[in-house]
Amino acid sequence: MEKYKMHILICGGTGCRASASEAIQNNLQEAIKAKGLDDEVQVVMTGCFGFCEKGPIVKILPDNTFYVEVKPEDAEELIEEHIVKGRKVMRLLYVDPENKEVISDSKHMGFYKKQIRIALRNCGFINPENLDEYIARDGYAALGKCLAEMTPQTVIDEIKESGLRGRGGGGFPTGLKWEFAAKNIADQKYVVCNADEGDPGAFMDRSILEGDPHSVLEAMAICAYTMGADKGLIYIRAEYPLAITRLKVAIKQAREYGLLGNDILGSGFNFDVEMRYGAGAFVCGEETALIHSMEGLRGEPTVKPPFPAESGYNGKPTNVNNVETFANIPVIINKGASWFNKIGSEKSKGTKVFALAGKINNVGLIEVPMGTTLREVIYEIGGGIKDGKKFKAVQTGGPSGGCLTEKHLDTPIDFDNLLAVGSMMGSGGMIVMDEDDCMVSMAKFYLEFTVEESCGKCTPCRVGNKRLHEILDKITLGNGTKEDLDLLRNLSNVIKDTSLCGLGQTSPNPVLSTLDNFYDEYLAHIVDHRCPAGQCKALMQYVIDPELCVGCTLCARNCPVDCISGERKEAHLIDTSKCIKCGACMEKCKFNAISIQ
Amino acid sequence: MAKVKSLADLKRMKDALQSKMDLREKSNDPEGLVQIKVAMATCGIASGAKEVMEFLIEETAKRGIRTVVTQTGCMGYCYAEPTIEVHLPGKEPIVFGDVNIKKADEIIEKYIKNGELVDGIIPVNYKTLD
Amino acid sequence: MEKMIKLIIDKKQVEVPQGTTILEAAKGIGIDIPTLCYMNLGDMGIEHNPGGCRICVVEVEGRRNLAPSCNTKCGDGMVINTHNIRVLNARKTVMELMLSDHPFDCLVCAKSGNCDLQSMAQQLGVRELHYKGEQSTYKVDYSPSIIRDMDKCIMCRRCETMCNEVQTVGALSAVNRGFQSVVAPAFEMDLEKSVCTYCGQCVAVCPTGALTEKDHTNQLIRDLADAKKTVVVQTAPAVRAALGEEFGMEPGTLVTGKMVAALRQLGFDSVFDTDFAADLTIMEEGTELLDRLKKHLDGDKNVKLPILTSCCPAWVNFFEHHFPDMKEIPSTARSPQQMFGPIAKNYLAKEMGIKREDMIVVSIMPCLAKKYECQRDEFKVDGDPDVNYSITTRELANLIKQANMDFKTLPDEEFDNPMGESTGAGVIFGTTGGVIEAAARTAYEVYTGKTLEKVDFEALRGMEGIRSATVDFDGLPLNIGIAHGLGNARKLLEDIRDGKSHYHAIEIMACPGGCIGGGGQPLHHGDSSILKKRAAALYREDAGKAIRKSHENPYIIKLYEEFLGKPCGELSHKLLHTHYFDKSNDIEIE
Repeated sequence: MEKYKMHILICGGTGCRASASEAIQNNLQEAIKAKGLDDEVQVVMTGCFGFCEKGPIVKILPDNTFYVEVKPEDAEELIEEHIVKGRKVMRLLYVDPENKEVISDSKHMGFYKKQIRIALRNCGFINPENLDEYIARDGYAALGKCLAEMTPQTVIDEIKESGLRGRGGGGFPTGLKWEFAAKNIADQKYVVCNADEGDPGAFMDRSILEGDPHSVLEAMAICAYTMGADKGLIYIRAEYPLAITRLKVAIKQAREYGLLGNDILGSGFNFDVEMRYGAGAFVCGEETALIHSMEGLRGEPTVKPPFPAESGYNGKPTNVNNVETFANIPVIINKGASWFNKIGSEKSKGTKVFALAGKINNVGLIEVPMGTTLREVIYEIGGGIKDGKKFKAVQTGGPSGGCLTEKHLDTPIDFDNLLAVGSMMGSGGMIVMDEDDCMVSMAKFYLEFTVEESCGKCTPCRVGNKRLHEILDKITLGNGTKEDLDLLRNLSNVIKDTSLCGLGQTSPNPVLSTLDNFYDEYLAHIVDHRCPAGQCKALMQYVIDPELCVGCTLCARNCPVDCISGERKEAHLIDTSKCIKCGACMEKCKFNAISIQ
Repeated sequence: MAKVKSLADLKRMKDALQSKMDLREKSNDPEGLVQIKVAMATCGIASGAKEVMEFLIEETAKRGIRTVVTQTGCMGYCYAEPTIEVHLPGKEPIVFGDVNIKKADEIIEKYIKNGELVDGIIPVNYKTLD
Repeated sequence: MEKMIKLIIDKKQVEVPQGTTILEAAKGIGIDIPTLCYMNLGDMGIEHNPGGCRICVVEVEGRRNLAPSCNTKCGDGMVINTHNIRVLNARKTVMELMLSDHPFDCLVCAKSGNCDLQSMAQQLGVRELHYKGEQSTYKVDYSPSIIRDMDKCIMCRRCETMCNEVQTVGALSAVNRGFQSVVAPAFEMDLEKSVCTYCGQCVAVCPTGALTEKDHTNQLIRDLADAKKTVVVQTAPAVRAALGEEFGMEPGTLVTGKMVAALRQLGFDSVFDTDFAADLTIMEEGTELLDRLKKHLDGDKNVKLPILTSCCPAWVNFFEHHFPDMKEIPSTARSPQQMFGPIAKNYLAKEMGIKREDMIVVSIMPCLAKKYECQRDEFKVDGDPDVNYSITTRELANLIKQANMDFKTLPDEEFDNPMGESTGAGVIFGTTGGVIEAAARTAYEVYTGKTLEKVDFEALRGMEGIRSATVDFDGLPLNIGIAHGLGNARKLLEDIRDGKSHYHAIEIMACPGGCIGGGGQPLHHGDSSILKKRAAALYREDAGKAIRKSHENPYIIKLYEEFLGKPCGELSHKLLHTHYFDKSNDIEIE
């Protein structure tokens, strides 16, 4: 057996791979070879570390040194200095933006301090393409325990007791869902893993599949055992090639080891998994639409009931869970429901993975206990707002979540609290906005997405969202009226009230929450024809401050439409009727005399 | 690869594989473990630090002591190579000089196991980064 | 025992069997919840309730969202409000949304006055559109039979259910998504380049003007107005059993005489009956059947059985597209419409002393596929179609209305001769089972040489989708199969392909119910009792006829004597038979 003295872990998530983490791996291996250290240093490509803002990440063990923004050409230095000479390469260590301290161990980084990693436990720790490493970390032990020591019902009871709720957005109690599927008797049943992650900016599920595919396979097998299914399907979007590859490898290995297939662990239980590829339609994340898509039909939702637990894939009882939900299962079985349900808030147990994005310092993937406040996530883990700007809003729950403001920052994040303040958990997207973001434009942006992603089946979603978008567009162009605000509200409410599936039932949330929390900003657009954030181009006006203008004529000379007039050494004036708002004058002015109003 | 045929099989396999991952697991919680740093600069290696390090890794494992043995650069005590720093949980790190296999054995038995100080301690005159 | 469920709808206690939808439960106590996309083809076992339009939403107390009543099942203890303010506001807003993406050309729309969207907008009192914006626009698709104007599509998807589930044709399905979604053939090709059979069942259920028949009435008016042209008309059997409905008469009222009077008043030079051609079809098809049967019984392995009827043009299109490997099995006999044409233009024209090109043959059909059939190349002579064009029952009704005739009070008139005389056998062509019964009447007598004691083959009648019966041909048990609706036809064809079929002869009609349920008939809105009444009317007319067997039609006998010679003879083959094409590879992708 190899006796490696040191392990080098390289992030092999999609983000870091895009920043050449494969080349880093190759260079590291070459450098190690050149030093003759092949037997002493093991290089492992793992799943996502989460700290995507600073990728690619390289971590050296056992001293737990966390290198950030590593480039392929740094490999040799890392080996020479850190491995051979035992000296840390200072310039590649993380520097705390607050106090400028160099931090070499990720444990002491603000980004990781508050995190508890359950679903992401193996991401950034094991080689996802090596089943041995998964097994070494208790992999398939939960399945083994279920098959050898537990009945289907005791497994379901354990999951029920754990308080685990669906992580795909619905928040439905997982144990209860399993129980429904278990109670329906049929000759064939299916377990489906929903890996059709489609929220813009969300990559929780992708990272789990890329970093720890076996945890999902194991959980699917456990679920299958409880409901009496022998077939599992993973519906994954074709745009996730790396996740697909790693899943394929994992399925192959699990079959080779006999952890998928017939008579698993000598228990007589049979289970195997197949992949189904989605074409990237957002609505196919809705479970009935997902099932139709798998059946080769148009990806459209149908009314529930019947629930998939009664009539799902091919009309058979089917249990659909999301990737992150599954990833929690083995831990719950291994450590027990009572361990799990101590984490989190009263009605939302465990942790939640979020994809932090937007105007925040530490963009990345985080996993925090339910009940962590938005403030902790944004300021402590996320490192606060970029460039020292002012926080304005945070959008949770993906494109159909709501925009929350300063006053909501101390809300402990869980399913019910977010709903109560007009947003939702969703699958875990979290987009932070600062003072430069126009909330009307933001609502418009999300509507653009839902208009694009509506399947077109029901009228309110197909036409209503389009009309919502048109009204918002009208407002950002400065043509809105106060009546439009009433129309927006009525239409939003009707769309929510009458749409067939979750997409339409939530798509007006960005409109309603911005109307609630940023009504003045709407009014500013409509009444004053002004965009307070200065984002709506149609409403922008470039103005020269006569106090600051020295009359250097530079702006006038650079204006492409000659709309700036003024004598030398005298204050200039912009003719706003001719101005095309290109911004050239403001860029050229050396005296900060030109501003946008 | 042979199939895993039973839960017992799986457990055996896990136990066998665990040591491979041990280094990673331990580094997850180094504060709770005995941390040994071996100075492995040219002077250290020339004085036999490599053998000492291997001895420490193997023997602590054999004797059931959860340790993290890492290498480090020159500690500056070239007169006393090989040097090792032993950091017991909750105690100040102590640097030992002129550590050969025999000395290493003594350090394990006396200091690491029982906390008894042994000869060869070098007073620390620097601070580590982390 | 059915489990009963108690609930409250609009403050009224209701008890319904488990599985009842809110819509049905409400209907049961006289509460009419408006619906738009919903369609219930009761007896065909098809309920179209995608819950897409969201007009039928109701409030179920305790639920976060409104529920579509058409596909939400009643639950014990539910409290439902079908018309409160929340519901009304939602319904009205949804209707406004639908109208905001619909053209406002009702004045010239084919469906105006008969449009579900229009009447729903009226019912909901929409007077103003608060939500306006971009409208989706599409190129209008003109096929020989059907016009698709998808600007008017409201995505009710009824056509899809007809095309895919009932007919299993698979020409129409939703494409694109969101605001751009529309029902179309694959790749948004034109219908003509799709597997469409022109059965017209989609048109029959379309609630708006999105799917309509290609209208030939204007052309007809111009031809009738042209004094140089001799315009003769043939009327299909199913027309007379349904035309009256367009004038408020009870379904199943026979209006043969009034129809003849109306046609004559419109200015047709001669008013003939397709039933005459149906008798002719029996002569040809029956002879072919007996010929194949005899050879089969003699052990000729080259003879293929069963023989399939070929008088339904949508059915012909169907097997040309979907079962081209079996195109040798159907009878080569042309449909009655296409037998009438060549006899009119080759025989009658001569009798009347006019030139072929001066004669216009028009057919009144319950069918849209007939429009396509007329213009198939093999039914033209030097580019001149044997039948110039065909108009539907609905088009005829419109024309009669335009001509300001009081249809109900028209006196009964008789068809012209020679091609207006028909037997009862010809009449029942219009309903499922009728063609094969007519064939059996003639084939029996020809085969056995005996006179049939009982002309009514009750076993062949009915509305079941697939039926089978064994008819005793004097010791020879003849196995007969019947299918109506192309989905049912597909099942029989697959059995034949798999060698599982034991039939000697099979009758297939593309439309549910046969021609009485054709795509050109007055809309039956899925009420199959109307179809039954139309069928009964045809059987009534049959029973009232003096002659009920095709081979006894004196004008048919005369036609063979004077012109054709013998059934399946040389001239027959030229004028009355056809051949089929493999169209499976005809689909072009642009």
